[in-house]
Amino acid sequence: MLTKRIIPCLDIKDGRTVKGINFEQIRDAGDPIELGALYAEQGADELVFLDITATIEKRKTLSELVNKIAHRINIPFTVGGGIKTEDDVSVLLQNGADKISVNTAAFLDPTIIKRFAKNFGSQCVVLAIDAKCEQDNKWYVYLNGGRTKTDKLVTDWAMEAVDLGVGEILLTSMNHDGTKQGFALDITAQLGESLPVPIIASGGGGNALHFYDVFTQGKADAALAASIFHYKEVAIPDLKQYLHQKGVSIRL
Amino acid sequence: MNTVIIQYNAGNIQSVLYALERLGVQATVTDQVETIQAADKVIFPGVGEASTAMAYLEERGLDKIIKDLQQPVLGICLGMQLMCTYSEENDTKCLGIFETQVKLFKPTDASIKVPQIGWNTIANLQSNLFKGVSAESYTYFVHGYYAALGEHTIATTNYVQPYSSALHKDNFYGVQFHPEKSAKVGEQIIQNFLNL
Repeated sequence: MLTKRIIPCLDIKDGRTVKGINFEQIRDAGDPIELGALYAEQGADELVFLDITATIEKRKTLSELVNKIAHRINIPFTVGGGIKTEDDVSVLLQNGADKISVNTAAFLDPTIIKRFAKNFGSQCVVLAIDAKCEQDNKWYVYLNGGRTKTDKLVTDWAMEAVDLGVGEILLTSMNHDGTKQGFALDITAQLGESLPVPIIASGGGGNALHFYDVFTQGKADAALAASIFHYKEVAIPDLKQYLHQKGVSIRL
Repeated sequence: MNTVIIQYNAGNIQSVLYALERLGVQATVTDQVETIQAADKVIFPGVGEASTAMAYLEERGLDKIIKDLQQPVLGICLGMQLMCTYSEENDTKCLGIFETQVKLFKPTDASIKVPQIGWNTIANLQSNLFKGVSAESYTYFVHGYYAALGEHTIATTNYVQPYSSALHKDNFYGVQFHPEKSAKVGEQIIQNFLNL
């Protein structure tokens, strides 16, 4: 049976993982390769590396890093951050990334989704959506790392993007992100039930029960989290064991 | 040992190359006929679309070369599908090594997503390719089309219905999953292929 996926996310700046991480098992906590390899060893099903480097000059650093990650890690990984052109995608895939994720650039020019899907296959195009529930109780798309509001509803954008050819949707709830109070179950389930592509839920995962909820009530295919893994608040083997015992299909 | 990865317009060549490197094997990536024919082991990778891939192989005469290879050949994902007789993906005639057809998943339940993306189990393992791999081991899949069950099936997986997650005929092997991305289980399978 196809399993639900647990996906640690690593934020990268200038080739280093950003959040203060301190694992005894690894020599250099800031090294995304070491940390990624540790998560893979612990049973992570996939990894996401999100490059938050501001400058274009550092782009080369990213492709070199991706190449090193691909040499070391034996599970699939997605790379995102500032991807705009076919060349950007091509360089990352050639260096061993399995998928790329797009966000703001795809919203501003949705044809890139179509072009990426045609040239590289839908299976490697992940659409990241930063979503926020406003006072009118509707979920809106935000851009530029959550700084810019749009008038587009998340459900509309997600459906358009699927028609254009995205293979997966990574949905981050800005209302829940960083709260550790649980994932946004309603909007995640709404997308999961209405769209033919897998939904990766992100934002708010604070304990094992939250993951259980998002896989059951939230209908998510995968769940992504960062700091709870980085700060060792939730250990991946314990999380997967818990989910397995609760009857969730999971890879042990 | 001389291991060759067939170069064509498919997506996961680097990943396969790096996976071999992790096992201490330096493979050659090539579309040169003589180099492929002279190899001890040939890996035929693939992520992409069937008709485009077949057109590329035919243009370079690789379609005939692959069929006639005598050494162990391992097709991965699209590579395996191209080794079948026919794919529903854009109505594509394939290499015809495995006498089975490749069909689109058609779930009746809307909650089942196509393509299948993620980790699923392999069972009914019937080949040295799976030596040391226990039934119900997890491997990583990304595919919307599947090879039906048949006489060449050496592993089965359930998604929408049971299908062939691995095929074997003579010196030809094919796996639908990505051993290069399937953690330790995948490494074992690649190592087993190298040991054939």
